[in-house]
Amino acid sequence: MNSADLQLNLYPVLPELLMVATAAVVMILDIFNRKGKAPTSMFLPWFALVGILVTAAVSIWLIGQPISSFQGMAINDARAQALNLVVLAGAALTVLLSIRYIPNVNRQTGEYYALILLVSTGMMAMGSATDLMALFLALETFSLGLYILAGLSRTDRRSNEAAMKYFLLGAFASAFFVYGAAYVYGATGSTRFDLIANALFDGKADPSLLAIGVTLLIAGFGFKVSLVPFHMWTPDVYQGSPTPVTAFMSVGTKAAAFAAFYRLFAFALPSEQASWGPVLGALAILTMTLGNLAALRQSSLKRLLAYSSIAHAGYILVGLATATSAGIDGALFYLISYAFMNMGAFAVIILLERQGEMDALGNRLNGLARRHPQVAMLMSIFMFSLAGVPPFAGFFGKFFVFAAAVSGGYSWLAAVAMLNSAIGAYYYLRIIVNMYFAEPTEETRIEPQQASIPLAFALGVSAVFTVALGVLPSLWTNLVQSGALNLVAMR
Amino acid sequence: MVPLTWYLILAAFVFSCGLFAALGRRNAIAVLMGIELMLNAANINLIAFWRYGAAPAQNLDGQIFALFVIAVAAAEVAVGLALVISVYRNRRTVNLDDLDLLKG
Repeated sequence: MNSADLQLNLYPVLPELLMVATAAVVMILDIFNRKGKAPTSMFLPWFALVGILVTAAVSIWLIGQPISSFQGMAINDARAQALNLVVLAGAALTVLLSIRYIPNVNRQTGEYYALILLVSTGMMAMGSATDLMALFLALETFSLGLYILAGLSRTDRRSNEAAMKYFLLGAFASAFFVYGAAYVYGATGSTRFDLIANALFDGKADPSLLAIGVTLLIAGFGFKVSLVPFHMWTPDVYQGSPTPVTAFMSVGTKAAAFAAFYRLFAFALPSEQASWGPVLGALAILTMTLGNLAALRQSSLKRLLAYSSIAHAGYILVGLATATSAGIDGALFYLISYAFMNMGAFAVIILLERQGEMDALGNRLNGLARRHPQVAMLMSIFMFSLAGVPPFAGFFGKFFVFAAAVSGGYSWLAAVAMLNSAIGAYYYLRIIVNMYFAEPTEETRIEPQQASIPLAFALGVSAVFTVALGVLPSLWTNLVQSGALNLVAMR
Repeated sequence: MVPLTWYLILAAFVFSCGLFAALGRRNAIAVLMGIELMLNAANINLIAFWRYGAAPAQNLDGQIFALFVIAVAAAEVAVGLALVISVYRNRRTVNLDDLDLLKG
């Protein structure tokens, strides 16, 4: 243990601290809001947004200063900061989508924004956790917040049901996670990832206890990222939750849980790569195949995106299964591009919803191009990107991940993944075809809502980044790798 | 002294009881109780592994982890019961089979 471990260094958790502080201020301002009738609720989301942007700036500033703190329980390497940026991008866009949406769902908007900030904090902490305890606490921090957010519309039966299902299955998965963590602790004598790795290298670990523990941990994580066969909750919860919450959930949980996956497997179990690599590969194949096939026959747009998000989890897992540096960086690029294109797609769904309704049927898009060419064009960008068509961001996400799989000796996995992208392209492109060539019927002809200014802004930002990351993927890779280079230099 | 295996078997038994309740019962509160049993089984394991691990007096990881699990379980129950109440207010039932609006 070196001297840096002994002192409490708060730098690595500065982004998390800033987020908690912002959340606390939002909650306090919310109290004043209820006493007097001052319209500070107008101002709360903007305050939250500023907090998120400042945190993002701090995260970028921290790239390249790898420090481990809390006696090895947290680390802030470039990848932790990259993950922070993915989560913060998701949170910022969610706030913009919520400004007009949430007051119709639940009057207590202050609590909503505070919860969004706290949930983001949990997600960010998950990416920097290097200890099973820290990981568990981060996991629960964001999960508990998301259970409440899913049930935000207290009078809506669907929202209730989504929250209840999410909560019961989530708590169930957490129990598996803790039980597995206990076995890993028993097998190796430590909860810290580096000490676990040391025990494994020295051959001091009990292999059967470790195998039980890791299997249970994979089940616990698998639930959070909705890997098949742990995905059953995803479509129901996505459909029933308020749409901005669904958007946030799909982006944030995926990013956080994948970061934790990476920390656990690459930091604690590097010596066992030969055994967990193929297991993750097999899970990836199951996940993307089932996700894509189920998405083909969905009529609800939110359910369609839920199954599509399951399929995307499969593609990202391909990058992790290879366990190479290229695979991990590819997965991170995938996550940031997924954040923008998916938030954009959900923003379009919000426009297509009727007042008080929290879902939209796919056939509402029929013939949209003639009446609302701008909306149709934006939706096409997001759909092309989700399908992985160049020059959009989604293409490079897939490209990096699949290329890493081929060079990492997982060509079979890359082949199945490409086949799956082809299946996926069918339902994304069908949406575009329907928007431009299908005739709307009387029943499906609804006028999209007039976009509020923040929502229009979120749509614009998502579209710009979806295109920009596709044309210039080096924008992101340079940012992340400049940190990676510094890490090498410091060692 | 009682061997470690006995504690592990006890924990596995408690975990299985919880699993059985969580999967088999239709009442949301019974399912919640099952999940609590599963978490407590993990706690038994943590404490047993701590006690039988190397240098239990210095390395308190297992104990601390168990304390965190207890705290989180309490928070989880608070959220869970609140959700049960909101479901009950809207539907007058907490039977999970009746939660069937979302499917496809």
